[in-house]
Amino acid sequence: MIAYLLKRLAIALATLILASIVVFAVLEILPGDPARLMLGMNASADQIELLRDQMGLNAPLIWRYLHWAGGLLSLDFGRSYTYSVPVIDLVRERLAVSLPLALIALALSTVIAIPVGLFSASRRGRAGDTISMGAAQLGVAVPNFWFALMLIYVFAVWLRLVPAGGFPGWSAGIWPALKSLLLPAVALALPQAAILARVTRSALIEVLNEDYIRTARAKGLPYRTVLWRHALRNAMIPVLTILGLQFAFLLAGTIIIENVFYLPGLGRLVFQAITQRDLIVVESVVMLLVAAVIAVNLLVDFSYAAVDPRLRSRS
Amino acid sequence: MTLHIDIPEETLGGILAKAFRNTAFLTGFVISVLILLMAATSYVWTPYDVTKLVIADKTQGPSLAHWFGTDHFGRDILSMVMVGARNSIAVALVAVGIGMGVGVPLGAFAAARGGLVDEALMRINDLVFAFPALLSAIMITAIFGPGAVNAIIAIGIFNIPVFARVARAGALAIWPREFILAARAAGKSSTQITIEHVLPNIATLLLVQGTIQFALGILAEAGLSYLGLGAQPPMPSWGRMLFDAQTRMVAAPWMAIFPGMAIVVTVLGLNLLGDGIADILDPKSRRQR
Amino acid sequence: MSLLEIENLSLTIGDTPILRGVELSVAPGEVMGLVGESGSGKSMTALTVMRLLPHAARAAGRVTFDGIDILAATEDQMCALRGDDIGMVFQEPMTALNPVKTIGEQVAEGIRWHTRATRADAEQRARRMLDRVGLPEAKFPLSRYPHELSGGQRQRVVIAIACALKPKLLIADEPTTALDVVLQAQILDLLRDLVAESRMGLLLISHDLAVVTEMSDRITILRHGEVMESGDTARTLSEQLHPYTRQLALASMHVPARARPHGAESSQPLLQVEGVTRDYAGRRVSLFRRAPDIRAVDDVSLSMAPGQSVALVGRSGCGKSTLARMILALDRPSSGTIRFRGETITGKSEPELKPARRDMQVVFQDPYGSFDPRQKVEKLVAEPLHVLEKKPTRAERREMVAHALHEVGLGQGDMDKYPHEFSGGQRQRLSIARAIITRPKLVVADEPVSALDVSIRAQILDLFAELNHKLGIAYLFITHDLTVARAITDEVLVMHEGRIVERGKTSEVLDHPQSEAAKALVAAAPDLHRAIARRMQEQG
Repeated sequence: MIAYLLKRLAIALATLILASIVVFAVLEILPGDPARLMLGMNASADQIELLRDQMGLNAPLIWRYLHWAGGLLSLDFGRSYTYSVPVIDLVRERLAVSLPLALIALALSTVIAIPVGLFSASRRGRAGDTISMGAAQLGVAVPNFWFALMLIYVFAVWLRLVPAGGFPGWSAGIWPALKSLLLPAVALALPQAAILARVTRSALIEVLNEDYIRTARAKGLPYRTVLWRHALRNAMIPVLTILGLQFAFLLAGTIIIENVFYLPGLGRLVFQAITQRDLIVVESVVMLLVAAVIAVNLLVDFSYAAVDPRLRSRS
Repeated sequence: MTLHIDIPEETLGGILAKAFRNTAFLTGFVISVLILLMAATSYVWTPYDVTKLVIADKTQGPSLAHWFGTDHFGRDILSMVMVGARNSIAVALVAVGIGMGVGVPLGAFAAARGGLVDEALMRINDLVFAFPALLSAIMITAIFGPGAVNAIIAIGIFNIPVFARVARAGALAIWPREFILAARAAGKSSTQITIEHVLPNIATLLLVQGTIQFALGILAEAGLSYLGLGAQPPMPSWGRMLFDAQTRMVAAPWMAIFPGMAIVVTVLGLNLLGDGIADILDPKSRRQR
Repeated sequence: MSLLEIENLSLTIGDTPILRGVELSVAPGEVMGLVGESGSGKSMTALTVMRLLPHAARAAGRVTFDGIDILAATEDQMCALRGDDIGMVFQEPMTALNPVKTIGEQVAEGIRWHTRATRADAEQRARRMLDRVGLPEAKFPLSRYPHELSGGQRQRVVIAIACALKPKLLIADEPTTALDVVLQAQILDLLRDLVAESRMGLLLISHDLAVVTEMSDRITILRHGEVMESGDTARTLSEQLHPYTRQLALASMHVPARARPHGAESSQPLLQVEGVTRDYAGRRVSLFRRAPDIRAVDDVSLSMAPGQSVALVGRSGCGKSTLARMILALDRPSSGTIRFRGETITGKSEPELKPARRDMQVVFQDPYGSFDPRQKVEKLVAEPLHVLEKKPTRAERREMVAHALHEVGLGQGDMDKYPHEFSGGQRQRLSIARAIITRPKLVVADEPVSALDVSIRAQILDLFAELNHKLGIAYLFITHDLTVARAITDEVLVMHEGRIVERGKTSEVLDHPQSEAAKALVAAAPDLHRAIARRMQEQG
């Protein structure tokens, strides 16, 4: 088991390092000189050269990469050109919006999807199954930002239950803050829940066809007990895989959804930073999101070992 | 994880007969054909010219003259939805082409070679998977500027590891079969075996994944053009139309409803088509009935 | 008074009739053997008694167990019966256990469910049961997972689950088909003892007439969902009143007529294997350490003359298939050399191997898996022509395929069909046609008849014998089935744990085995003659 975990950890670290090289390289070849951008069109060549020196832009590539990567490790992401504050402060502030949003959405999606999948699989082919899977089929097809617009129309414009957008900040109190995250979270979660419900159902149905389910039934256990005790745990592996992938989708989804709801989150930050050519911010946020995806996938790998004894005893 | 592939043993006639009895397939097929026809028609005819702004007709609700209403420049929404379909389909289709064209050979090669080559290719796959499509699209757009082509590249790159994984998993399930051993005993090289035996047997798997990625591509393209990173005006696109609709939700909800419905119907059709194909060709799913 | 009474049972799945008017009974403490070829409805009969049929199945007639009307019982009543009064053992031990639960949990689960015992009590009983089926605590604690056990050991766990509560009736559906002969004998002994100990009724389902004869007091012979004959085992099989019974018995003991072996002693050997060893790298234990290498084939030497038919027999996992693959140049030896027609083939590249490939071909076990379902017979059978120096034209190719098909008893018209349009036996003929199309000098056949029903098996053995005579092809038969070896080979090599432990004339080795491994194989091999004789003797 240790060997398995170490191997996954090593792979995750290698992926992280490669990813950082990719991010750094991509943004290195970006057109546009950040020094010129900061000083404006009227700056003289000397002024620009001076600033380039100060920003370390004239140093050799490898040195700049190592400096940047070292900074990432010590949480020193540099200063934003446009906001003129340390990037880490910006990130911390924005993360307070994006992280709760993604986590609420993930929780919501799981809480909806797993029971629906179980329900559907246990009454395969009957009306309940057909209806819930029809709904899931529809849910998969709905773009989350359009769904968000429709939610705004119904719940904010029409019923006036929640604000249509914006974020009051956590200082305004937990409830108002949560309230303004509610619609975005639902908009993010439902399409993902639809996918997860379908995966859960098909994984369960596959497992229910296995020989050991028949063995369990031959022991005299009722169908429902077999479903809970024998089928569910075996069906968890594909479900976990999808959960890991969904986290990446949710992160990416926040970029759009935060724009729909005018939420001051990471996604909106990175989107604005690109239009403003605020390189350091783009680099840092992209790196942070990629690291999050890699970390979650590592977590999924570890949880396989918890679910499946065959992985545990590889050693 | 290993993949089990049941190879259906049927004639084309039998498959067609089954297709006509499969509601998911039929519905999906009809929807997909209709959307394609709509996009094709838009090249020769649309109810109104989508490039002409008629300010006098701006933000009108659905009527006989304008079935889906008009936008804030007085353009006919139905016409724009028709033209927008071109863009969505083109972007998603080319992106699937890129994904399949690069991913399938990579995956099949990795499975045939095994060992270090396999390991290396899969690690590169992991790397690409670490960049959610939208994120890499944003990076690509940041370098080259927004536009439909860059949207295609971004979505296409994300499709590559998807197809590589599916092709590899499928090929790994085929390789241990005895008929492969028989081909090896007949002196065939691994390339010949891949082309003659492996690819034909994973074709349906790839076809199903293709429809799924097609549908996902439509969604991704809509998202990118909603953010202004996809097709640029005046070329209408479904995502852009939704962006324009957002600030006018109260006054002109139809501006948001119809383009959104177009996306939902298209994606639904493609997903049903994929489900239908999988259903028809996979004997395992039939056994579950 | 019968324990289980099946009267006029009919079963349909969808529109397909599976069983028609089946009658069968099992008395307490009696062993009833249910025999039939594939598709005869044996397993469906068992699943009907358990009421574990597929959803689309509809049963009519009467099934009474211990006074309970099974077909009319509620699901709750059935749950109370299953695992408590009726236990069941399945064919495939590798997939019959839940991979994520320990064997202790899986055995104790049924005990807890039916007796409402505490966890500790149930585990104690599970422990005793596992001890009883031959899995002692020292080596097999309750915390073991199924993947840590071999096939035979897993089948013992399944038996422990089925017998944990001393059921009145045990149903065993092909319990040993997936195991090799030695394991088969052990599992059958275990079943026999368990049944005798607690006077269980046993419904033993098998395709193997010899196994059923050895085990059962009475037998029922099923064909196409109908009972052909049933009655006392010894009498039924010695009198063979029903033509189908006679056909089955004859096919089970069939030995093809063979001309004198070809092998001319003077000529140069066709195949020489010298000191061949194959190691597989051990599993990685940690980042820096691997488990020791696994030696699948250990310093094996053998030689075969042209036209000779040799059997390579041994238990599953003894390395015989690995050896066969190296002979076919599909796998490389770690050391040693293999010479074919005097030329060394070890270490050669694929293009260099082409001439050798022309002269050696292969027939696999599974008639379903050995053909690409996407290609037509013409292309499949013609595949080995790839190694010919001169590529045949399309017309020549069709001609050659037609000829090969004719030689194996198939028609020219079969060329344009897909493999799925053929039955298992016909597919094995296709397999042979593919193997002989290049006129090879050696055919390696890996368990070529073990997936076939007995009557088909007899025909395929005849075909092998005929081709050996007609074309002078040498055979290397890889098999765990001694009847096959006896039927068709001149010489036999016995393999055990990677080594060849005994060799000699087939009849000599099989009648007077010298090595422990050979003795074990011979003793465990089911033999219909012997089984009938023993039954007759017991009854006087």
